[in-house]
Amino acid sequence: MSDKMINQLSIFLENKTGRLYKALDVLAQSDINIRALSLADTSDFGILRLVVNDPEKGKECLENNNFTVKVTPVVGVQLDDTPGGLSKILKIVQDNSMNLDYLYAFTHEKSEKAILLLYTNNLENLIEKLEENKVIIVPAEEVYNL
Amino acid sequence: MKMWDEDLETMPRSDLKELQLKKLQNTVSQAYEHVPYYHKKFNEVELYPEDIETLEDINKIPFTTKDDLRESYPYGMFAVPKKEIIEIHSSSGTTGKPVVSGYTRKDMDNWGRVMARGLTGMGLNDEDILQNTHGYGLFTGGFGVHYGAQKIGITVIPISTGQTKRQIEIMNDFDITGLIFTPSYGLHMAEVAREEGINPKQLGIKSIGFGAEMWTEEMRDRIEEEFNTKAYNIYGLTEIMGPGIGVECQAQKGLHIAEDYFYPEIIDSKSGKKLPEGVEGELVLTNLEREGMPILRFRTKDITALHYEKCECGRTFARMERIKGRYDDMIKVKGVSVFPSQIEKALLKVSQVEPHYQIIVTRPDIMDQMEIKVETSPELFSDDITQMVNLQKTIGDYVQNEIGLRAKITLVEPHTLPRFEGKAKRVLDKRNFN
Repeated sequence: MSDKMINQLSIFLENKTGRLYKALDVLAQSDINIRALSLADTSDFGILRLVVNDPEKGKECLENNNFTVKVTPVVGVQLDDTPGGLSKILKIVQDNSMNLDYLYAFTHEKSEKAILLLYTNNLENLIEKLEENKVIIVPAEEVYNL
Repeated sequence: MKMWDEDLETMPRSDLKELQLKKLQNTVSQAYEHVPYYHKKFNEVELYPEDIETLEDINKIPFTTKDDLRESYPYGMFAVPKKEIIEIHSSSGTTGKPVVSGYTRKDMDNWGRVMARGLTGMGLNDEDILQNTHGYGLFTGGFGVHYGAQKIGITVIPISTGQTKRQIEIMNDFDITGLIFTPSYGLHMAEVAREEGINPKQLGIKSIGFGAEMWTEEMRDRIEEEFNTKAYNIYGLTEIMGPGIGVECQAQKGLHIAEDYFYPEIIDSKSGKKLPEGVEGELVLTNLEREGMPILRFRTKDITALHYEKCECGRTFARMERIKGRYDDMIKVKGVSVFPSQIEKALLKVSQVEPHYQIIVTRPDIMDQMEIKVETSPELFSDDITQMVNLQKTIGDYVQNEIGLRAKITLVEPHTLPRFEGKAKRVLDKRNFN
């Protein structure tokens, strides 16, 4: 199961000029490649969520630069890049009375497919239900090594 | 319960007062004759040592402040030739010059003695092995505990602060039974121990002594639970001697002040008037026996109250409550007195380890506003934005509960709030009162 969970980095950011740049610059300096990014914010602060090629190294270099970082597992599923691809997944979630906390997506350059990243507080259950419905779960290693 | 100096520690209060008066009269003469600062100050108010006829006459003696001590930097308060001084300690100089404290051989012996009483009161004896994580150096914390422990014959591990993993290894391998730490370092050690796969509850710790920083009852509860033992408060200050001035006994009903060495008073910090038993105010201390540097009526700025009722442990020495705050830390917001210790208490409800914080007071218009910036830590941070917003609200609620005012809570990134050597600057008052 754990090889299906992608280790996403969640970073606390103050809502201040230059903080997003600083976090991304730290990663660039350490040669970390970003696969996908999403930002949630309030008027005071934000949470930057990142999928990178090397989560462990990414966390370490961010922490060395005084960022608060948490590793949060998310699930990546492969989407057909066609109308209705996303709603099909969401229907499965709804039919099983699950509640998603957040999602974001990125496109897979090599295969021209989209990858949807999902988070809920019961990931195991989510993976199980998705697999029952023949949804392709992208292994974590594959996302890191895209 | 064993005592180190049972005859003295359980002395009837009337006898104690007699002893205190005799010692006070000696100390006053010594200060008047040998310390130019006191000679001048006594002459200014036309007070002479023979005017001290009763203990109440101590009221006639002017207060000594930290600034007075700073002005006599470094050796101006010494009452003996320098060759009689065998050790010097100094308090940190966060503002202005540091304060220097000098000890003769007799003073060192007395310091060890009061600390030995304290450690005995905490249930330690010569069978125990004590890991002393207080810093050894100019700061009195490490050495004060050390001298007391040596007097008893406790085996001391003088490890000082830091190198936490090594501390845990020693705690585990050396069969440590006593620990001395600051409350926040103690909680940190417990956390590191667990990370190293060692359960702090199973270390067999018999007794913990802590001090040197502000703490709350919640913090004590946590420490006692973490190490599955009792933790006792130790009080002291470099200007008067060091740790050992007051130590809690196993009854945990306040700190017994070694009243044959130190005379405690509680005053109203504004008027300087003496306050009755049990009323909170500023602690004032007088050395009753000190050759090297006798200090009279020193204003500690520490807020506490005194109780004179005989303790259930049998000791008759006065008990002082846990320090509630310091007058120099206090701020008035919308007319309400706010102490950083209250904010700390609120923050400890959301985090095991006290987060770094800063209180900022502004007056944009005519109303005061208070903002508390709190540094996030992996412990406080969550990937869930709702939880983070709730955290802000929860902290705000706890703070309001504690001080009765609503403050704006701002979460900031780690290491973004200013830090000063050792002591943090907690309050930034941006109000312009001109």
